[in-house]
Amino acid sequence: MQLSPAQILKAYRQMRLIRDFEERLHVENRTGEIAGFTHLYAGQEAIAVGVCENLDDRDYIISTHRGHGHCLAKGCDPKGMMHEIYGRADGLCKGRGGSMHIADLDKGMLGANGIVGAGQPIAVGAAVACKLRKDGSVSVSFGGDGATNQGTVFEAMNMAVVLKLPKVFIIENNGYSEHTGASYGIGSDVVRRTEGFGIPVFQADGFDFFSVHEAARQAIEHARSGKGPSAVYAVATRYFGHFEGDPQNYRAKGEVERFRAEKDCLMGFRNKVLEAALLDAAELDRIDAEIAGLIDASVQSARAAAPPPASAVYDDVYISY
Amino acid sequence: MTVKTMREALNDALHAEMARDPRVIVLGEDVSGGAGGTSGTRDAAGGIFGVTKGLITAFGEDRVIDTPISESAIVGLANGAALAGLRPVAELMFADFVGVSMDQIMNQMAKFRYMFGGKAKTPVVLRMSMGAGMNAAAQHSQTIYPMLTAIPGLKVVVPSTPADAKGLLATAIRDDDPIIFLEHKALYSRKGEVPDGEHLVRFGEAALVREGEHCTVVALARMVGFAERAIDKLAAEGITCDLIDPRTTSPLDEDTILESLSNTGRLVVVDESPPRCSIASDIAALAANRGFKSLKAPVEIVTAPHTPVPFARELERVYVPGPDRIEAAIRKAVKGA
Repeated sequence: MQLSPAQILKAYRQMRLIRDFEERLHVENRTGEIAGFTHLYAGQEAIAVGVCENLDDRDYIISTHRGHGHCLAKGCDPKGMMHEIYGRADGLCKGRGGSMHIADLDKGMLGANGIVGAGQPIAVGAAVACKLRKDGSVSVSFGGDGATNQGTVFEAMNMAVVLKLPKVFIIENNGYSEHTGASYGIGSDVVRRTEGFGIPVFQADGFDFFSVHEAARQAIEHARSGKGPSAVYAVATRYFGHFEGDPQNYRAKGEVERFRAEKDCLMGFRNKVLEAALLDAAELDRIDAEIAGLIDASVQSARAAAPPPASAVYDDVYISY
Repeated sequence: MTVKTMREALNDALHAEMARDPRVIVLGEDVSGGAGGTSGTRDAAGGIFGVTKGLITAFGEDRVIDTPISESAIVGLANGAALAGLRPVAELMFADFVGVSMDQIMNQMAKFRYMFGGKAKTPVVLRMSMGAGMNAAAQHSQTIYPMLTAIPGLKVVVPSTPADAKGLLATAIRDDDPIIFLEHKALYSRKGEVPDGEHLVRFGEAALVREGEHCTVVALARMVGFAERAIDKLAAEGITCDLIDPRTTSPLDEDTILESLSNTGRLVVVDESPPRCSIASDIAALAANRGFKSLKAPVEIVTAPHTPVPFARELERVYVPGPDRIEAAIRKAVKGA
């Protein structure tokens, strides 16, 4: 499908936003100001954006522990997210969720989730709501190669087929389930396995926004039109460790550098749109500058923001004994 | 008022709430039954204990959803449907199956509201049958509620009468927090007066089932009836007791228990669960902590043994606390013997 210049520009902006957000967090993590576990999505931007650019406000997504990219792609406020990651009172989840639990129900973002394979059944439930509403909405779960080995995902896939739900499973193979190669942990072919449930799989190059966007468009159209669940399978890589601080002893030296130099999704996007004269370089540069400023302002404001008061530990519970 | 079984009372509440609010859906294994069967009858089971009978005829397949045997996906589906604006009532046939779906209970439904900064509502009711008494053996007879009561974010409901079952289930369905609703399988056929029409019972408000002077007895679910028998027998000897049914283990009506204890000075807690980290030990700790000055005697707890639930009739009878053991515990609390 032909995308308009405005759509292409927006997609670039979203990918650049995720990249800068993550690259900056990688730097800021070393200051010690950010608590807890942070899992970065840099390298996989084409997948989150390629999928979410096919969605609108009535649609739902659910994410993973590596969730920043999905949140941003679905429209969560980057500043609110940054404040949340810094554990601030005015973060998206009031500082009670952190990097792994960013959610924004108003945006149809049902949460990043710290349990691998937990989001898929939840997204099946949102798909039931979509089906009952009869408004053509769909529910999308993001999950990695690691999640494909969780029984909960098998249950979710079968359930979605049995109930013929508008549910799209995004399978992002970034090559590693934590510190173990995907080729080791998956005992068969993920695509054939998914097809075995009766779910059509639309395959994409996870380094290429346009490839993902087209596969996701077909998968989402399948689900929206009442034909039941579908899936997208895309291979990419992550530029950072499983978590910030992971020494990545399981990766060959130079692996990430090679991906960055040869396959980077932003570089590929830029080259493609400039070659095809769809946009000019100045427009992309303007976005780069705008995003750099936005991320910088978000970090500065998150640093300066107040942490939650001690009393907030008791907020939003129905009882405390 | 009409005399009904607990099964009928629960069924009434489901019919009424589904009629009242189109967002209420019911799902689980065999909640209607018959899907894919050879008889062509869709309203074939109505749940393994018949609690959801007739719902599919009244409300259709979109809102009464037969699921595969996939407990993680059943609870997960309920959680996601709730986040997306529905009010699901999911059924786990047996409370023991919590073991298959614990992540969705412990890490998901219980935590959304708090973890997502108070914006998420998770109006899920997770119904399940519990308890011994049907020789269903170790994997179909546990009470489970102590473990679930320990999880912040969950409300845990344990009715003992048909009227309470109806009123508490209606309240549960209208509540915006996740509810674990445990139905004792030995009580489904228990009959009692049930209010006609709308009937709501608030959470965290205990029922004072008997009033007396000498001892406070706290009991839950099937143990309430057994405690009544023990207390009524002792009344003939002039020993009278308050009998408190908390009805919800969280929120727990601590005040009613402590107030009664301040009058009687003696406490017996009856719980059909193994003793460690049970509701019995929890309420005993409450008395030691906040009712210490009222206590005239050690707190007695009457619980199941710290074993899996055995199968044979003779063994299960030993496992389940009965009226005799409750009577002995009250005597010990009151007379020290």
